[in-house]
Amino acid sequence: MIKGERKPLPEIRKLIAPYKKVLILGCNTCTAICFAGGEKEVAALASTLRITDGKDKVFTEGIVRRQCEKEYILEARKQMEEADVIVSLACALGVQAVVEHFPQFDILPGLNTSFLGIPMEHAVFNEKCIACGDCIIGLTGGLCPFSRCAKSLFNGPCGGSVGGRCEISKDVPCVWQQILDRLKSLGRLTVMEDVVPIRDWVSNSAKGPRTIVKADMKLPEPLKVEASSAGIIKR
Amino acid sequence: MKAGTNLEKVLEAGHFAVTCEVGPPKGTNPDSVRKKGGQVKGFADAINVTDNQTAIVRMCSLAGCTLLKQVGVEPVMQMVVRDRNRIGLQSDVLGAIALGINNILCLSGDHQKFGNHPTAKNVFDLDSIQLISALKRMRDEKKFINGEDISGEVPLFIGAAENPFADPFEWRVVRLGKKIKAGVDFIQTQAIFDVKKFSRWMEMVRNEGLDKKVHILGGVIPVKAAGMARYMQTSVPGVAVPDEVVSRMKGAKDPKEEGLKMAVELIQQIKEIPGVHGVHIMAVGWEEMVPVITEKAGLLPRPVV
Repeated sequence: MIKGERKPLPEIRKLIAPYKKVLILGCNTCTAICFAGGEKEVAALASTLRITDGKDKVFTEGIVRRQCEKEYILEARKQMEEADVIVSLACALGVQAVVEHFPQFDILPGLNTSFLGIPMEHAVFNEKCIACGDCIIGLTGGLCPFSRCAKSLFNGPCGGSVGGRCEISKDVPCVWQQILDRLKSLGRLTVMEDVVPIRDWVSNSAKGPRTIVKADMKLPEPLKVEASSAGIIKR
Repeated sequence: MKAGTNLEKVLEAGHFAVTCEVGPPKGTNPDSVRKKGGQVKGFADAINVTDNQTAIVRMCSLAGCTLLKQVGVEPVMQMVVRDRNRIGLQSDVLGAIALGINNILCLSGDHQKFGNHPTAKNVFDLDSIQLISALKRMRDEKKFINGEDISGEVPLFIGAAENPFADPFEWRVVRLGKKIKAGVDFIQTQAIFDVKKFSRWMEMVRNEGLDKKVHILGGVIPVKAAGMARYMQTSVPGVAVPDEVVSRMKGAKDPKEEGLKMAVELIQQIKEIPGVHGVHIMAVGWEEMVPVITEKAGLLPRPVV
């Protein structure tokens, strides 16, 4: 899932300086799971800001199930209308979904969207994917060298791998050691004896922002109009 | 001959080659590179110019190589894939060849975390092995990575590094094999302090027949002081310095003399290992000692080929 961390308080205070009525809007999906944008975090930020900036500002709290989808953002429409600005504790997708679907509202990010990762243990999250658009982990035993190798090597490990640790820090495991160990245990180590060829990054950046269109799933025009005028797609 | 460089000729003629290294300045003065080049001229067959080593911004390798050529020294241009994508890398290769620089060493590059711009974004569009394959194609097929034709000749003698002391140890030989498959002509190894481990690695190299497919030059760093040995032991990625080296330097009356002596001994031991075709002396910041080391190690005079 998408991982994020709350911005430092001074940065948030600077961002909200020009506004009077501020809605702190959380998201009950990814950023709630990483303890950055759920109900508790919304309440904590709101109470802190009431102490630091409560004299001349009013803070309200809200949360939606998923801030990256229009029909869920609608859950907070009334609150958004009543505020001068929204401080979003969703990821950058949540912020931009609000901008996309409700351009009349002013919105600021309260989080730094960090990476795509998984929980390793309670409250510890690790990056595992860069969403490059051309997954090669079928070759590397299910471990992603782009997100997990400090040099994003295709034919690793580099000369800095010692004792299974990365040269940048003893706290960082060398993913290439992990890849080789795993391929060995699976009896597939020989696949790494060939040079992994130069990669085509087109899927990552050369076409600008990426779009996926599932042609078979697209709504037919009349239904689309109906859904959009109702403001929600019934599920 | 692939490029006809002095280094290639020396190696192909079966001589025990000597290369060394010059670090360009953190500034614009061309004289420091020329001076260092002058100090080692005649004592090595080719001289590497580092490419922003340890991720510290310095004069670029291409300019450094050009300055070496001005004083009649053959350069090896180091290229790291950390700072340039395939457009920048290939462009610099064309420029290097135009300026008469034909030895190119392909490296990943130290992570920017170790340098003086740790907040920089790295590139790593290619890795070092893919850079080797790109250079081979540029030379052999006169084609860019995208398949378009290159005009003019593309004489290149392609080098790479290998670290016999990094992990996983067994995989190091396989990875050397990958570099050979990609098209590397010569290898300069990471600094050797542990000759036993290096010998074991070379044995594995010979068992795979790889010493017949690539010229391997063993890396040697002359140590100036016990502090430097300890620093390399703890803080330089991929360098393995045994405790004996540190304690030997600690106990020395004249550490510099001891360091030189140790470098000479290492070279003599490395020279005896079958399949090793030369040494690469990394006396960065101590270039003036290269004549002394090569003389004492019995590597002079350098062959004229």
